Amino acid sequence: MNAVYYISSVVAVVATVAAVTGLNAVHSLLYLIVSFLAVALIFFTLGAPVIAALEVIIYAGAIIVLFIFVVMILNLGDVAVEQEKRWTVGKMWVGPALLALVLMAELVYVLFQQTVHHLPGAGPIQPQDLGATLFGPYMLGVELASMVLLAGLVGAYHLGRRRQPDETAQESQEPVDAGARRQ
Amino acid sequence: MASIPMEQGLLLAGVLFVIGLTGVLVRRNIIFVLLSLEVMLNASGLAFIVAGYRWGQPDGQVLFLFVLTMAAAEVSVGLALVLQLHRVFKTLDVDVASRMRG
Repeated sequence: MNAVYYISSVVAVVATVAAVTGLNAVHSLLYLIVSFLAVALIFFTLGAPVIAALEVIIYAGAIIVLFIFVVMILNLGDVAVEQEKRWTVGKMWVGPALLALVLMAELVYVLFQQTVHHLPGAGPIQPQDLGATLFGPYMLGVELASMVLLAGLVGAYHLGRRRQPDETAQESQEPVDAGARRQ
Repeated sequence: MASIPMEQGLLLAGVLFVIGLTGVLVRRNIIFVLLSLEVMLNASGLAFIVAGYRWGQPDGQVLFLFVLTMAAAEVSVGLALVLQLHRVFKTLDVDVASRMRG
């Protein structure tokens, strides 16, 4: 299991560097997914299987899908189609696919262990312990988390909506103002 | 005791955090800035998990859940701001929006 941990660490660091230094948003998001999957495998070896599942579902699933939606919304029209043809060349699949293959090999190795054993630390934390702690001493935190999610929902709706036509009329000169002020 | 020393787990979290911080400081495309912020939040969550693993307490995982919630709320508001920025300034350069007005 030590080897699983170290290989996942290397994959995570390489994929994160590639994601942050990439020039193309979609390619970077692909690398970021690999990075999150590697970190999820690290969580599993560190005795946190529930957190590993949440990392895959929420980070690599929901948050990345939000990013991809925004990238799709921002690139509309013929220019985007042309761009898409240039972006989806076969060459760019190689890097993320290789890193994901390494993770896949580790996953198969872990699955074919006779018994699931995490790294021998203080021992894996059972999901029922996590739930009892979450809804016991940290109850107030759970309530506050629901408030934060509600605020995020309302804020995203308010900021993301399109302005009404009379508002856009007076705001259409904002870019000109901003450009003039910069010079 | 732990076969992975705690220092190595924290070192990995630190390396990931510094990569994300460098991205926030260096990149000027706002999508990459948000992406680097996600990397930083993920790294801090990893530090919580490593600490919880070292002492065998579930508190680290509970705090990771809170970090996860905060990251989800932050990224939804941040991406709505990206849409507004693109709508008003027709660009994704954060420096264009460096001047605010009341």
